[in-house]
Amino acid sequence: MVEDEGIRRYVAHFILWIGIAIVAFPVYIAIIASTQDNALIANGQMSLLPGGHFFEVYYQTIFVGTSGSTREPVGNMMLNSLVMALAIAIGKIAISIISAYAIVYFRFPFRMSIFWIIFITLMLPVEVRIYPTYKIVADLHMLDSYAGLSLPLIASATATLLFRQFFMTVPDELLEASRIDGAGPLRFFWDTLLPLSRTNMAALFVILFILGWNQYLWPLLITTRDDMQTIQVGIRKMITTTDALTEWPIVMATAVLAMLPPVFVVVVMQKLFVRGLVETEK
Amino acid sequence: MANVTLRNVRKTYTGGFEAIKGVNVDVADGQFCVLVGPSGCGKSTLLRMVAGLETVTGGEIDIGGRVVNQIEPADRDIAMVFQNYALYPHMSVYNNMAYGLRNRGMAEAEIKTRVAEAARVLELSAMLERKPRQLSGGQRQRVAMGRAIVRQPKVFLFDEPLSNLDAKLRIAMRVEIRKLQRRLNTTSIYVTHDQLEAMTLADVLVVMNGGQVEQVGNPLAIYEKPATTFVASFIGAPPMNLMSTRPDEIKSQLGGSATEADIVGIRPEDFVITDQAPAGGVALPLTVEAIERVGAETFVYGSREQEDQRVAATPGELPPGEIIVRIPGTDAPAIGQKIRVAAVRPKLHLFSADGRTRIEA
Amino acid sequence: MQKQAIFQSKLLPYALVAPQLAIVLIFFYWPALQAVIQSFLLQDAFGLSTSFVWFENYIELFREPAYFEAVVRTFFFSFAIAISSLSFALLLAVMADKPLRGSMLYRTLLIWPYAVAPPVVGVLWIFMLHPSLGVISRYLRAAGVDWNPLLDGNQAAGLIILSAAWKQISYNFLFFLAGLQAIPKSVFEAAAIDGARPMRRFWTVTFPLLSPTIFFLLVINIVYAFFDTFGIIDTMTRGGPGTSTVTLVYKVYSDGLLGGNLGSSAAQSVVLMIMVIVLTGIQFRFVERKVTY
Repeated sequence: MVEDEGIRRYVAHFILWIGIAIVAFPVYIAIIASTQDNALIANGQMSLLPGGHFFEVYYQTIFVGTSGSTREPVGNMMLNSLVMALAIAIGKIAISIISAYAIVYFRFPFRMSIFWIIFITLMLPVEVRIYPTYKIVADLHMLDSYAGLSLPLIASATATLLFRQFFMTVPDELLEASRIDGAGPLRFFWDTLLPLSRTNMAALFVILFILGWNQYLWPLLITTRDDMQTIQVGIRKMITTTDALTEWPIVMATAVLAMLPPVFVVVVMQKLFVRGLVETEK
Repeated sequence: MANVTLRNVRKTYTGGFEAIKGVNVDVADGQFCVLVGPSGCGKSTLLRMVAGLETVTGGEIDIGGRVVNQIEPADRDIAMVFQNYALYPHMSVYNNMAYGLRNRGMAEAEIKTRVAEAARVLELSAMLERKPRQLSGGQRQRVAMGRAIVRQPKVFLFDEPLSNLDAKLRIAMRVEIRKLQRRLNTTSIYVTHDQLEAMTLADVLVVMNGGQVEQVGNPLAIYEKPATTFVASFIGAPPMNLMSTRPDEIKSQLGGSATEADIVGIRPEDFVITDQAPAGGVALPLTVEAIERVGAETFVYGSREQEDQRVAATPGELPPGEIIVRIPGTDAPAIGQKIRVAAVRPKLHLFSADGRTRIEA
Repeated sequence: MQKQAIFQSKLLPYALVAPQLAIVLIFFYWPALQAVIQSFLLQDAFGLSTSFVWFENYIELFREPAYFEAVVRTFFFSFAIAISSLSFALLLAVMADKPLRGSMLYRTLLIWPYAVAPPVVGVLWIFMLHPSLGVISRYLRAAGVDWNPLLDGNQAAGLIILSAAWKQISYNFLFFLAGLQAIPKSVFEAAAIDGARPMRRFWTVTFPLLSPTIFFLLVINIVYAFFDTFGIIDTMTRGGPGTSTVTLVYKVYSDGLLGGNLGSSAAQSVVLMIMVIVLTGIQFRFVERKVTY
């Protein structure tokens, strides 16, 4: 590496800290606002230092909710978001890994057609089929249900492609050794292929969990009952009322709570996250 | 305990490519059979057909008196050692060996005894809890062996099991495998492209080329009487010198029925440097081109006057017209020197023009 | 590309692909097909009769000035977001690629916003730049700017571009950093020996070698701006003031919400579908080229 002389190095550190500040500032403001008194904020006199209402605000947010129109504890919204995110992440991994297994390890009529049918879904994100999908979910009586929240988002061409790619790199001899050792297709899948896919599954899980937790348009459409709201939908409803009535400390506390799980996952499982992100984009 | 019999076994791929063109081999109970040949000759395919990993498109494979063509690999009572070992990377050494036994529903106590015994024999007892990636190449190879022997199968199948090891370890393991097989007395089929490995291991040697068997037999018998020019040049290193007899120089030296032969082969070690022409033998004038001294012996590379007379049995071996002579010790002629080499009559190998028939004079 | 070692089974593979196939057919293909069919139908005002009208819905759609504006706006947003986010992320990545102390810490501190959901991004930024209570608005007003994104359409658009670009910094940073780390360091050393100063080294060596990553990210960012800005827009401006922040996706959503013309909504979906197909096509062609690069 070409060594930079001292001054350039300081410039680099300086620019990076500016970047970090820009990235962190909105979140800092949110955290500060969530510890302050609503009246002060509404007057436009919010302090840039933490206030003294931390416990009070978070208690109300998690267990009570806003006093306005949507009185739904954010704790419950988080639970809904968690169920949806887990269902999407686990469901996608489960159905993708078995379909990839079938496509790679078996020859059967229509194998390639099925592969293409799955592959083409890459070009049909939920945004381009909002209302017809809504109608089907309504016809299946899945509005306001966890099934309705997660099932339509569960198919994933990306995950199927990723597992297919990975299976192709598994040496053929492992399957042959398993066959000689008396393992049938299901046993080979369970005893050998699944354990070997662990890292891939974990990396994919991290990405899919974040994507699931952050879903917005779909839950917005199909949840009408307040107790089925996800946190992303809930936060939007909190600022629906006219500005004067918005309870900003609670909104900001909700924003912080909405960020917490996915940010935690990114920071703690950074290696898996980076791997998952890079691999799913290939 | 079982014999393995291949009766007119064929393999044709869907594209029409004939990988195995009718092979007949009989391996008696407890024998060690080695399939040897250049890459692409079909030896691995044949082994995998015995294992049940490739389908058989013609003929019969018989293990212990039972035709196994339609039987699953797991039910053929065979065990296989793969070239890349195919150890389960996520399982410990113990579980790698135990897996096949568990799948067969064996009691855990019996599994434990068998694995412990195999580990003792293979000196793996201290590493049973390790994962394959924590082992050296030689240790992995032994785990692959262990996985095969705990099963106590009727037949061991080896697919180039030593080719991923370095030269020194390969020789050591070769001896190990042979000792182990003698002790267990289990019928074995072993695939290799290394003729030295083949010679040292085999009770029965099967030389294959182009999907066909060139010759079957005892390794020394094959060395002494190769049936075709292919076998002649493949078995033995450096390879046998094969020359056309057509120039009067050689033909006139051979008398009687030997004149029918169009190709004569002489192994490098059967030449002596001498000015005398042995009766019925062959003497050739050579110009020394290169000398290789390897200690106990010396290889002399010489060229004949008639440049185009050498027969190339395998392409890329030696340029035509070049002759290798192997002499003991380090005393050798100088480069550029003109010498005469001679071989006695019993050391000559005579073949028909197409190289497919050996002619006994 | 096919495996040589496989299992033989007649029914098992179908059982294994069945769950995914069922979901894909029910929730992807059937609705998409419905959208295509709907886009050729016209329903009367009471929803009593339906007639086949060929491309009338599409013609209507393209005649509608609001739709045309939304198309232009969507593309403008996409490029503005992509370019601003990419350039800032590239600057940070080039800095973080230097052998600095604590470079892992920098990476961690710069990648986490990836995990922030679009609606939360909208809430965070509108709060900071809210005309009456935003902490930044105070300073803007003190500086004499007539700042009110809730009334001024251009300011609202600027705010959306800014916040959407902010969210995308971490993603772009990560890929730029990976791209930079994949360039062999000896290339820089050779350039330095050839007498190129640092700035020149960047433009003549780093930038060209990074161009595959840049193109790749450009496509990804445009797709992102097409779809994922929905959450930001919906929490921040609801498309307003007026229609000054209505993008194509937002229009499909809000037109449908008003219970309006089903045929038009379907036609909009189909147009979006075609755009996605084109974008995905470009992406794949590009990815293929990246492989051979």
